[in-house]
Amino acid sequence: MTQAKKLDSILDAEINNPLSLSRTLFSRGMTVIAFALTALALLPLFAILYKILGEGLTHLSWEVLVSLPAPVGVEDQPNGFANAILGTILMVGIATLISVPIGVMTGIFLSEFGRENKVITNSIRFITVILSSVPSIVIGVFSYALIVVTTKAFSSLAGGFALGIIMLPVVALTTEQALKLVPTSYRLASAALGGGRFQTMFRTIVPSALPTITTGILLAASRAAGETAPLIVTALSSQFWPPLIDKLGEIMQSPIGAETISKLKEIPETLLTPTPSMSVLIYSYASSPYKEQNELAWTAASVLLGMVLIASVASRTVTRKRLQNR
Amino acid sequence: MKPKANLKAENYTDKFLENAAPEIDPNAMPALRVQDLSFYYGTHKVLENLSMNIPHPQITAIIGPSGCGKSTFLKALNRIGELEGKVQIKGKVEFFGQDIYSQKVNINSLRRQIGMVFQRPNPFPLSIYDNIAYGVRIFGRKSKAELDEIVESALKSAALWNEVKDDLKKSAQGISGGQQQRLCIARALAVKPKILLMDEPCSALDPISTMKIEELFQTLRQQLTVVIVTHNMQQAARVSDYTAFFNTDESRIGRLVEFGPTSKIFTSAGNSSTRDYIQGRFG
Repeated sequence: MTQAKKLDSILDAEINNPLSLSRTLFSRGMTVIAFALTALALLPLFAILYKILGEGLTHLSWEVLVSLPAPVGVEDQPNGFANAILGTILMVGIATLISVPIGVMTGIFLSEFGRENKVITNSIRFITVILSSVPSIVIGVFSYALIVVTTKAFSSLAGGFALGIIMLPVVALTTEQALKLVPTSYRLASAALGGGRFQTMFRTIVPSALPTITTGILLAASRAAGETAPLIVTALSSQFWPPLIDKLGEIMQSPIGAETISKLKEIPETLLTPTPSMSVLIYSYASSPYKEQNELAWTAASVLLGMVLIASVASRTVTRKRLQNR
Repeated sequence: MKPKANLKAENYTDKFLENAAPEIDPNAMPALRVQDLSFYYGTHKVLENLSMNIPHPQITAIIGPSGCGKSTFLKALNRIGELEGKVQIKGKVEFFGQDIYSQKVNINSLRRQIGMVFQRPNPFPLSIYDNIAYGVRIFGRKSKAELDEIVESALKSAALWNEVKDDLKKSAQGISGGQQQRLCIARALAVKPKILLMDEPCSALDPISTMKIEELFQTLRQQLTVVIVTHNMQQAARVSDYTAFFNTDESRIGRLVEFGPTSKIFTSAGNSSTRDYIQGRFG
């Protein structure tokens, strides 16, 4: 009797029982589906890379990266879009100068004063989120009305301003998230030593969050670099170097002296002219009837992809270096 | 970093502590006088009708079961509780005769005078040197030579100097837990407070580190007031001059049950729940 009971209990303790067939099939099936859908999701990315790099790299050369555009059909002049590369860098630079101080300060406000006055901070956060979903052409038209009409010129300033508004909500929201991730223990330790709000913020919290904030800024800049519609209505395009480059060249070539100051004062003017950019160039070359320009459009797309890739890699390197220093 | 030639090894803690606090007559004024303190987070009452005089310069231990408001009481003493929620108090807390909750108080100066060490070591993600100099730098610029001396004194009085003197630029996150806690103590001592509040400083540490920190109290006790919250009754008995026993009931409101010299509390406490707690009947 007890022998039979013992046997029963041993069989209950069986650990090698396999799952039933239907369960095993279901589990395996779901795994396969998960992998397949992931591959499907990655497919567009690889397809884009394949097509663009395939078409664009054939015409990529040093000449293309450093020359001005030549008239179509002229064979003996170097042809390129260096002015567009510089124009994009210039306008993204202006956008960064506008959006980073305002965005970081907004992020600091949202995270630091968030606990005390929930209504105000929730409203500000809500407005920021809405701003991030405004279509970029609408922002472009806003910049047109604000800057192009008043200065009576299409300009890199207007383009940079529009890109800055596009970058602003991203910078503000990532800064807020980054600051919230800093452990509260740092804040308590700093307060216990007599650190006021400002000291604690700028000596401890912001430095700790800096890698994440930098990543956010670089990603926002990458997005801004690819915006086309707002730039069409604000910065238009041009076949020449951005005048800022000419002015800087002038300043560097002449000896330093009283002239330098007067030349420096002329810099703001140089921002008030139509400026080329990569995204607008791709748009106009791709829709142009000339085959050479169509080919260059592919090349420009590859170069733009490369610039964005470099920015992403740079942001990761910065983050990793900072984390290693701790 | 080379120690200065005219600092004798056996006098180093004395030299630091000489500059720590001016002479206070132990019988004249308690470091902290708490009168009828009730402490609320919002409308939720956490402590009720606490009165005690914490003498100076002595070591006072606060013991009691979990959840009886010991840490909250400590945070009320240097107003750190205000960082964690809306704080309301009734009653008074006086720091050497000055009401710490009055409108005229500069809260940062208060927190410099009443330092705090937390349960889990929390060094900043900076070098050891910068951690200790952090508090000093907040209150004004000092020359590098002065800063070097302050850092060295602070590390010596926390018994950490010999272990880290070769590499003060090393990241503070890279040292062991016990060393980190001693670093936090050194950091708090660097701004020369009159009172040091310690919230279970050894509970996250191994026995050797705990022993080293308890040895520190012997040197600190002559010049500083220390208030230490501890779960470890034997530690309270070893280390403190005065002991306060806190307790709570179903209302979850903390109350002070008894306060007196350590020897008396541990051998012949007046209150029966104190005696029960000491003997381990609950806790």
